[in-house]
Amino acid sequence: MDRVPVAKLAGVSHRYGAVTALEAVDVSLPAGCMVGLIGPDGVGKSSLLALVSGARQIQTGKVEVLGGDIGERRFRASVQPRIAYMPQGLGRNLYPTLSVFENVDFFGRLFGQGKREREQRIAELLASTGLSPFRDRPAAKLSGGMKQKLGLCCALIHDPDLLILDEPTTGVDPLSRRQFWELIDSIRARRPGMSVLVATAYMEEAERFDWLVAMDDGKVIGTGTPAELRAQTGQTTLDGAFIRLLPEERRQAHHELVIPPRVDDGGVYAIEADGLSQRFGDFTAVDRVSFKIERGEIFGFLGSNGCGKTTTMKMLTGLLPPTDGAAKLFGKAVDASDLETRKQVGYMSQSFSLYGELTVRANLDLHARLFHLSDDRRGPRLTELMQRFGLEPYADKAAAELPLGIRQRLSLAVAVVHEPKLLILDEPTSGVDPVARDEFWALLVELSRGQGVTIFISTHFMNEAERCDRISLMHAGKVLASDTPAGLCVARGQPDLEAAFISYLEEATGVEKAPVAVDPEKQAKMEVDRSSNKAGPSAGQSAFSMRRLLGYAYREALELRRDPIRLAFALLGSVLLMFVLGFGISLDVEGLRFAALDRDQSPESRAYIQNIAGSRYFIERPPILDDADLDRRMRNGELALAIDIPADFGRDLRRGHWPEVGVWVDGAMPYRGETVRGYMQGMHLQYVQQIIREATGVETDYPVNIVSRYRYNQDFKSIYAMVPAVIPILLIFIPAILMALGVVREKELGSITNLYVTPVTRLEFLLGKQLPYIVVALISFVLLVIQSQLMFHVPIKGSLLALSFGAFLYVIATTGFGLLISTFTTTQIAALFGTAILTILPTVSFSGLTTPVAALEGASYWIGQFFPASYFLIVSRGTFTKALGFADLWPQFIALACFIPVLTALSVALLRKQEK
Amino acid sequence: MRFATLSTTFSNIYRLGLKELQSLRADKVLLILICWAFSGAIYTAATGASQELRNAPIAVVDEDQSPLSRRIVGAFYPPYFRPPQQTTLAKLDKGMDSGRFNFTLVIPPNFQHDVETGRKPDIQLNIDATIMSQAFIGATYIKTIALGEVNEYLTGTRDATETPIKLTTRVRFNPNLIGVWFGGVMELINNVTMLTIILVGAAFIREREHGTIEHLLVMPLTPFEIMMAKIWANGLAVLVGVTFALLVMVQQVLKVPIAGSVPLFLAAAACYLFAAASIGIFLGTLARSMPQFGLLVILSIIPLLLLSGGVSPRESMPPLVQHIMLGAPTTYFVRLAQAILYRGAGFDVIWRDLLAMTGVGACFFTLALLRFRKAVTQSQV
Repeated sequence: MDRVPVAKLAGVSHRYGAVTALEAVDVSLPAGCMVGLIGPDGVGKSSLLALVSGARQIQTGKVEVLGGDIGERRFRASVQPRIAYMPQGLGRNLYPTLSVFENVDFFGRLFGQGKREREQRIAELLASTGLSPFRDRPAAKLSGGMKQKLGLCCALIHDPDLLILDEPTTGVDPLSRRQFWELIDSIRARRPGMSVLVATAYMEEAERFDWLVAMDDGKVIGTGTPAELRAQTGQTTLDGAFIRLLPEERRQAHHELVIPPRVDDGGVYAIEADGLSQRFGDFTAVDRVSFKIERGEIFGFLGSNGCGKTTTMKMLTGLLPPTDGAAKLFGKAVDASDLETRKQVGYMSQSFSLYGELTVRANLDLHARLFHLSDDRRGPRLTELMQRFGLEPYADKAAAELPLGIRQRLSLAVAVVHEPKLLILDEPTSGVDPVARDEFWALLVELSRGQGVTIFISTHFMNEAERCDRISLMHAGKVLASDTPAGLCVARGQPDLEAAFISYLEEATGVEKAPVAVDPEKQAKMEVDRSSNKAGPSAGQSAFSMRRLLGYAYREALELRRDPIRLAFALLGSVLLMFVLGFGISLDVEGLRFAALDRDQSPESRAYIQNIAGSRYFIERPPILDDADLDRRMRNGELALAIDIPADFGRDLRRGHWPEVGVWVDGAMPYRGETVRGYMQGMHLQYVQQIIREATGVETDYPVNIVSRYRYNQDFKSIYAMVPAVIPILLIFIPAILMALGVVREKELGSITNLYVTPVTRLEFLLGKQLPYIVVALISFVLLVIQSQLMFHVPIKGSLLALSFGAFLYVIATTGFGLLISTFTTTQIAALFGTAILTILPTVSFSGLTTPVAALEGASYWIGQFFPASYFLIVSRGTFTKALGFADLWPQFIALACFIPVLTALSVALLRKQEK
Repeated sequence: MRFATLSTTFSNIYRLGLKELQSLRADKVLLILICWAFSGAIYTAATGASQELRNAPIAVVDEDQSPLSRRIVGAFYPPYFRPPQQTTLAKLDKGMDSGRFNFTLVIPPNFQHDVETGRKPDIQLNIDATIMSQAFIGATYIKTIALGEVNEYLTGTRDATETPIKLTTRVRFNPNLIGVWFGGVMELINNVTMLTIILVGAAFIREREHGTIEHLLVMPLTPFEIMMAKIWANGLAVLVGVTFALLVMVQQVLKVPIAGSVPLFLAAAACYLFAAASIGIFLGTLARSMPQFGLLVILSIIPLLLLSGGVSPRESMPPLVQHIMLGAPTTYFVRLAQAILYRGAGFDVIWRDLLAMTGVGACFFTLALLRFRKAVTQSQV
């Protein structure tokens, strides 16, 4: 190695909790060539790449990239514009609802490119990757191969010196895979100085790399060119070389897999599929697929992710009724409600779908019981399975804690617990290392050849497909061809299965060879253009760039507009909740049902009852018959008030004997009871004064008059108080939730990586994301005001302008509050409920909504003082009911304005620019 | 044969339910949440927020400064009122506008003199009617206190009015109108609603995302069995919480007397849990992901809690809202819970509500069942 390394790791270790991802790794990666990291899932390849790209924080050790320490913040900021990083997973750092153009355009903005420069570069990139015809198609609707090409466009928009690709071709069909590597080659031919760092799980791909790092269990187990590795181990294939490099104890279990030939038993079919189709809306996932699988056969489905393998399997298991066509299992039509056929089938789905919290034994036992294995058969069967599948050492471990290979063995054991005649296995070995994969296949061979079990398996590994008795090649929902692997090669005149598959694909898609035609002259000109661009003050490194901020704002707005559920929640949610709260929390006590037990039945007693029935608060119910009736009707809640008028009431009243009226109030709801009692006493007093006046002409009265003035709400209607109070609640609740979700969504979906590896700063990221939500919150404020006028008829007595200005400051603060919460939550569901609780509780209890702030004490008082809703509530109530304007409310405006910088600063401080 | 399938169904539901309980036991965060919801949450909600008058801020403009006026001012004290603040007519409006005082009392010049000479002077009482929960009750208290002081000054007794008809008011079911009695039990009902819907709905979505439900569907199990297992297991966990909350938190800690039969209430609660869990699964079949489920839950739980009669009385809502809410099981549960726990109602009183509630629950269960298969298999597409 005579060149300066592009990256140098010294003593690098990395752990996630108790799991060690990298252990004391020392390695230098040569520059200016293609370096490949090889090894199965979970050996630390992704962690290593994330550390080199600067996306992940270094725990121990030192990582030098492009001649500097990537652990150092300032160096990282300066070197980031030279690195491009494409994380693992199809289109993981892309935005699914954005179109191809919009995705690349967003990355251009993050690197501070102007409009003209972006358009020129995007046109060029899309042309060279063949994506130009799909410019306006949303990323979600691209095939896996196209998604990866789009990811590459996004990575190359700023001409990086180091391109980091984490498993870019996993799950992509072989034709797209070949096109992808040809594309990389042509880019490297144009920019020979560029270093490329790739991780892959396909050994056959690794052959084309210049230099390899073989990894296992967090350690580097070998380095060198492919030829060197093969020579070192004395193997002819890289797969074999890799297995030789594994430590002794891992290798021991490995035997060369030999598949005994199948004895044809006369062509009885286990599965017959005839013209199966599945359409979801206008998307056809499976298109007229037909095949027949003989009993005892190992039949393979080979194809890329999303080509319809899983959907076909789901139709065969009865999970998904086919849109068209028919399927038969053992000669019987597949029927979702037929439980008998299901007992003959074992199914293993793509992902691990057992209960992770249960132990190995409990999982097996549960499934044995659900298949109703009799008690005396169950015990021996479990023992037998655990022994044969090598699960005994793990019997009492929770399934979630097992390594991937063991977990897949457990899945298979569970799938065969009831000794099915047919096994349907959906990509069972995805991500499993070669040794474990061979062990898994040994079990399959035993089941097939030893017990005559029919096996239907899907895979995207060529070498696995070669082991099947027969395979079907699948692409875009169609079966391209079905035959024995050798037969397929012969039919296309190709040396191996991969080449045969590619040849079938080319025929099906009508592509001969991906043309990567770029006019050299034009290209030279572009390079010149670019270097002149680069010479200018590079926006990529400035401390604050409005362009990057607006880039985020624009993208967030586009995404929000295309997500109907979130948008509906944002705009209709507040209107619906205003309706519910406005009508629901009514403190008006009226429409109260009362009835009287009139034991007297005199004109006087009737007049007394009439006096109450005439009130607007009470509704009279049929008279009470007796004491038992009174008791019953109060108990079932029919009556809020019962009046008991004694016999001789009228006579006693006439004679001045002071009769006594008894009143029963339902106190189950204390607030209502208190009010009913107040009403009743008031009406009684009025009536008494009236009869005295009528009888004697004398006004009985109090020594003083207390003149009550219900201010701000003369009619004392709950709605006039509720509406101004509900607006502050809704303007914190919904904007804060949406804001928090907006940021945490990126963490969950993976696009937050773009914050980690591009020059965008935390402040730009946060403010950019906040802008669209401020606009949405203001629209919802306008809707709420309109609703208050048209639906609730609550007039705004003060200044509408002051109210709007207050709302403007308030929603900046409340979205800021959502940002703050998003910095310390990691899942959307936690962000959602966390924000709901943290906004509702202080707003309802400590902001003066029910209890005036002045009446609060201790902690409640101080929480209220430091909560923006307290101030906007005064503004809202003041402008709606108290006829106030700017002149009266300026202290509240100042307080609200103070929240904005404080919340933003806190969020910036708490947000991480690197993953932990 | 018929008997055999029935016993298979029961055994499947039982087995799957046991698994559900094991999964629940493994989820520490959820367990802590459930424990809190049935202990601390009920205590803080019952004792914290109340609609009773407490520490009401009051100000007085005393332009008389006589012994009588000072006597009135001195009669306002905690816990109902904060000690009155002296203010002036000029500052009165400002104080009320900013919400510093909710009540102001203006005692005019020559007040004592006018009272003594029988001229019936006016006292002006300003009430901030935007604080609905305190305004009416507070005004009633202030009037009673002020009149009592004047009467006592004049005649030596607080109650000077003699009327030809005596009124004896008795409050049933909660004689002293203690807010905690109401708040504690209503919080319990709210938490049952919230926990059950979230617990069951989220469990459904989580299993769907992990593919475990799909796995169950390819075994000889029916969606009916899978749903019933989820409902009984999670329902049982919540029911244990309810029993604890009622017997320990409500009766022992908060000292709320329970008028009716606890077993009857728990039986009704079990029916309600079935209904709420069905709503949870139904929402789970509507949502495509966990965050969507969260948004749906918020938009459906808030109306359930606020419009069912547990916060403010149903009769003061518009008729339209009252009718819509008859389609929610919570309305019936709140009504029958109040009847059993506060008013000691028996089965003869509540059976109609019980029947309606279970019926509504069965409707949601059927809806969820119809959507079940589709929601499971198409979620990953």
